[in-house]
Amino acid sequence: MPQKVFITGCGMISAIGDSFKETEKSVHAGKSGIGAITLLETGNRNQLVAGEIKHTDVALAEMAGISFTPGLTRTALLGIIAAKEALQQSQVKDTGTLALISGTTVGGMVATEKYYNDFLTNDTKNDFIESHDCGDSTERIAGFFGMKGYLSTINTACSSSANAIMLATRLIKSGRIQRAIAGGVDALSKFTLNGFNTLMIIDPNPCKPFDENRNGLNLGEGAAFLVLESEDVIGKKEFFCEISGYGNANDAYHQTALSPDGRGAFLSMRAALEKARLDSGEIDYINAHGTATQNNDLSEGIAIERLFGSKIPFVSSTKPMTGHLLGAAGAVEAVISIIAMKNGCVPANLNFTSKMKELGFSPVTEMVRNVEIRHIMSNSFGFGGNNTTLIFSKA
Amino acid sequence: MTAFINGAGNISPQKTWDNRYFLEEITGFGSNSLCCAEPGDYEKFIDPKLLRRMSRIIRMSYTAARICLEDAGLEMPDAIITGSGMGCLEDTEKFLNSIYQNDEKLLPPTPFIQSTHNTIGAQLALMLQCTNYNLTYSQRGASFENALTDAMMLLNEPNFRNILVGAFDEMTPNQMILYNRLHFYKDEPVNNLNLFKSGTPGTIAGEGNAFFILGSEKKEQSYAIFRDVAVFNDPPDVNFVIGKIHEFLASNHNSAADVDLCLAGYNGDAGQDKNYNLIFSKIFRKTTLAGFKHLCGEYHTASAFAVWLAANILKRNRIPEAVQLTPVRTGLIKNILIYNQYRNRNHSLILLSSCA
Repeated sequence: MPQKVFITGCGMISAIGDSFKETEKSVHAGKSGIGAITLLETGNRNQLVAGEIKHTDVALAEMAGISFTPGLTRTALLGIIAAKEALQQSQVKDTGTLALISGTTVGGMVATEKYYNDFLTNDTKNDFIESHDCGDSTERIAGFFGMKGYLSTINTACSSSANAIMLATRLIKSGRIQRAIAGGVDALSKFTLNGFNTLMIIDPNPCKPFDENRNGLNLGEGAAFLVLESEDVIGKKEFFCEISGYGNANDAYHQTALSPDGRGAFLSMRAALEKARLDSGEIDYINAHGTATQNNDLSEGIAIERLFGSKIPFVSSTKPMTGHLLGAAGAVEAVISIIAMKNGCVPANLNFTSKMKELGFSPVTEMVRNVEIRHIMSNSFGFGGNNTTLIFSKA
Repeated sequence: MTAFINGAGNISPQKTWDNRYFLEEITGFGSNSLCCAEPGDYEKFIDPKLLRRMSRIIRMSYTAARICLEDAGLEMPDAIITGSGMGCLEDTEKFLNSIYQNDEKLLPPTPFIQSTHNTIGAQLALMLQCTNYNLTYSQRGASFENALTDAMMLLNEPNFRNILVGAFDEMTPNQMILYNRLHFYKDEPVNNLNLFKSGTPGTIAGEGNAFFILGSEKKEQSYAIFRDVAVFNDPPDVNFVIGKIHEFLASNHNSAADVDLCLAGYNGDAGQDKNYNLIFSKIFRKTTLAGFKHLCGEYHTASAFAVWLAANILKRNRIPEAVQLTPVRTGLIKNILIYNQYRNRNHSLILLSSCA
């Protein structure tokens, strides 16, 4: 039998808090981190809102406990902060053999977009040239903690960190490794802000997932990492929950749009249920991808109805709190799922007022408290039809 | 579980797209940037409507994957896994430039859409209507190795028998400026065919698109047995590397004496190449050494070109003269070790054996 995989630590930083504890508080309070953009230098400041972390890079370096040197990007800094908390929480002693799997889409673009003219014309920002690629932040996190184990970065757009958690789980189950830290990081960037804006899927106001009048997404930034350990090595250590299921499927419909019948979403959710050996009726809560674009929420909603029939569990998208963290979304929502399970609650889907006419269900609008949450499904869907579902279970 | 390489498709700076041929003709370049030789008949592989929208890397990779599928006689892979150090660079630069030039207003969306690293995996899924597992890795010099590791794990999981696994990276004029600024490449122009004799610092730029079918069953057309892949990062010294090579071979029930041919990532940088020499002088006695980066250049996923080379050598039992660095000492080539490193950071080992 493959090893069970447990989550023994998690760390997170986003617009709703610098730590797991702060995130937990914000989730309970139904607090949103979406607001005016004040740090990112962009011409869109007055037009768009986002889930921006209100710390400068220098302040983040101080939080991370790292001296601020050229070549160090906001992406790497956010990753180090979240990884540090996860490691502290899990009290993993030997980071030297720990595998690190991270998902990111922005990577070092956050610096490249600032310095590209310098890159092309002079030597002043050379330290950032090599920070551009997706592997940079992962190698810097590994370097900071002296991690020499399996190293991998996944970039499947908005499902990147969900895939990172899935890969780490599979690596442990295959017996190749026993412990891993997995998650993802993305910083707010002009590149992605303008990219999604040209696709006309950014709501200039706070987003409204699963609402009839939803009008697009808000971007966010941050990082989240989980420490995963196999049942063989966990001993008597306390843990949050088990990663019981995972599934990845491709929608194979369009480069940026999801199929109207939610083909890929249906397949990834079903695969995760099969892996977890669960019936759909056993899922207590779905932390939906729920970006609040016209296309995503319809496609995901229909897929949920196809799979769950008339017995739809609690559903909410927590993106109105954090914004859409792109490559880090899956990991951030894994942490929020852990908070839900730990506290026996269902986070609210903020800003919802009217039910979508195509769907028979509505998301949870007020936090549900004092409920038994045994199994949580978390969806992350990316460009290129990359659909991933994770299932977290109380062990 | 034994894995077999059951198909290959390669668009590289050499004329490698036609699987009937194997480096009978070698292309020399006068500049320090080796650019892919593209097939002239893309219409055979791509719907012209699609072709017009595709960037160079997308059309090359898409075609290399189609050649690979055709080679394997496979219509639907059970998974599509890609690796790329830099992703779709040209589209990324295009969108970045448009942000600068248009002051964040009225930007064309297509380059942004196609800039994502998983664009090629997604385009292949779309073309094949393949809803199966689809993943893209980007870990610098270990991007392709990450993809291979995943493919090997999948073959051990139920329902996975044929995995399409590939790597792509492209060079652009702008990236050339950036990397020249960091002195990655030689100051003086070299002919790639004399790369290993240069004796100066720096390497030459390259690019490539190589796709493979990794299958759990041996087929008539199988190229080789894919034995194993391993990565280690930032080795403190050459002795550490030597230890890792011995460890890797031992974990596969082999020793250095079993390696008939070692394909090494020599890239013409005098400092880095000295390390290769040092390592091999302490490990191999009877092993033939061969290089490959004079044919494809240096890039994050150059090891995929090496896998294509090794697979063909094993299938044909012939080491092309152009890659030999030491005299061929064996009649039958049974085991090939690929040892590659990228900027002395990401080091990888790949072991292939003949099916015979």
